[in-house]
Amino acid sequence: MRKFVVAIMIVICFLLQSTVFTALNIGGIVPNLMIILTASVGFMRGEQEGLIIGFVCGLLWDVFYGDFLGFYAMVLMYIGFLNGKFSRSFYPEDIKLPIALIIVSDLTFGVLCYGISFLLRGKFDFTYYLLRVILPEALYTTVITLFLYPLILKINNALEARERRSAQKFV
Amino acid sequence: MSPVIKKKGERFTLPSKYLLFILTFICTVMMLVTFGTDAFDGPLNSAFGYVIVPFQKGISNVGSWLSNRSDELVQIRSLLEENERLKEQIAVLTEENTLLQQDKYELNSLRQLMKLSDRYDEYEKVGARIISRDAGNWYSTFIIDKGEQDGLSVDMNVIAGGGLVGRITSIGPNWARVTAVISDNTNVSAMTLATQDNLIVSGDLKMMSKGVISFSQLVDSNGAVQEGDKIVTSDISDKYLPNILIGYIHTINRDANNITKSGYITPAVDFEHLSEVLVITDLKQQVEE
Repeated sequence: MRKFVVAIMIVICFLLQSTVFTALNIGGIVPNLMIILTASVGFMRGEQEGLIIGFVCGLLWDVFYGDFLGFYAMVLMYIGFLNGKFSRSFYPEDIKLPIALIIVSDLTFGVLCYGISFLLRGKFDFTYYLLRVILPEALYTTVITLFLYPLILKINNALEARERRSAQKFV
Repeated sequence: MSPVIKKKGERFTLPSKYLLFILTFICTVMMLVTFGTDAFDGPLNSAFGYVIVPFQKGISNVGSWLSNRSDELVQIRSLLEENERLKEQIAVLTEENTLLQQDKYELNSLRQLMKLSDRYDEYEKVGARIISRDAGNWYSTFIIDKGEQDGLSVDMNVIAGGGLVGRITSIGPNWARVTAVISDNTNVSAMTLATQDNLIVSGDLKMMSKGVISFSQLVDSNGAVQEGDKIVTSDISDKYLPNILIGYIHTINRDANNITKSGYITPAVDFEHLSEVLVITDLKQQVEE
């Protein structure tokens, strides 16, 4: 059940990001829903689920938009894994930690993308890319997080409640 | 005690450290393999294509329907004005066209005399709709709703509105990825239409916010190339068919080496508002090495 719901969530986020939000771009900047999903699952459910979700999201991205397979999969996988490290200090009532983690994740993702695919090709103007792409993306992503995160939290709570019920039934 | 141990009656679980290590290894292998070959492209492209593409088509259809409706309401008045203007333009162009037709007959007969094949071949084209764009903010690629099943293949050129959009870089059964010429990682061998000087057009994320892309390595010893000159794809490009319009020269600067020139080009295609494209199904003739 959980796997199925999570798979649907990944597909919906990917579709939203590649169709609806590319149409709703602000100054050519698209928010990063994959980061929101990967990071949230990471700190809600722990390292293992975080890294698997990150891998699947990234692979989807790689197949459609990557020049070679595996790059986004690896970056998102590590982001999911590292967010999973914070699952012990995560409380559903607190929204500050999730927002902070998502912002840091998105900034890391931006810096890694710049470092690997732009810096290595001799595009050294980091401040330009920081101000023009990385920071606006983080900002837009944060705004979307405020709407998307409560939804993911609700779905997660519903799933956990369901799992607890079915566990009690067996006991 | 080893952490990877299977107790009786307990589900086998792999600690996330090991899973991370295994997946990292898989990613690295995939990167290395796909960097040179396209071994994984076939199965993965079709598998994900069948799951994702139908939804993308649906969403983009609804989206374009909505935006068309809202555009219709806003634009009726301006369309009437534009219609008037275009009618005048048609009159002028028809006259010009008759003259050109006459020239064409003459040119064709002269060509037959000279035994030259047509230079500006009519290419076979297929229309396609853009169903989604690159989800990241670094490159300009998009997905179109036709693929191998419609007779497309990798490296086919894509045009829209008379200008070069890009070429197909990845393909599935029912979708294809087009990398635009404005994408930061593309270079196109081009030439100036008037003087046939070769140059390299490079996509540039930084300049694209100003609506231009950069060019370099223009050897123009006579100084004949001017701002506003047309830039078309060159005869010597491996992937692009010759004489497709890329754009117009915006600025020219002399390089520090005093031999070559570089500068910026305004693309002929409006990449912001692109919804339908034409794919040229003819491929550039390749020379076997």
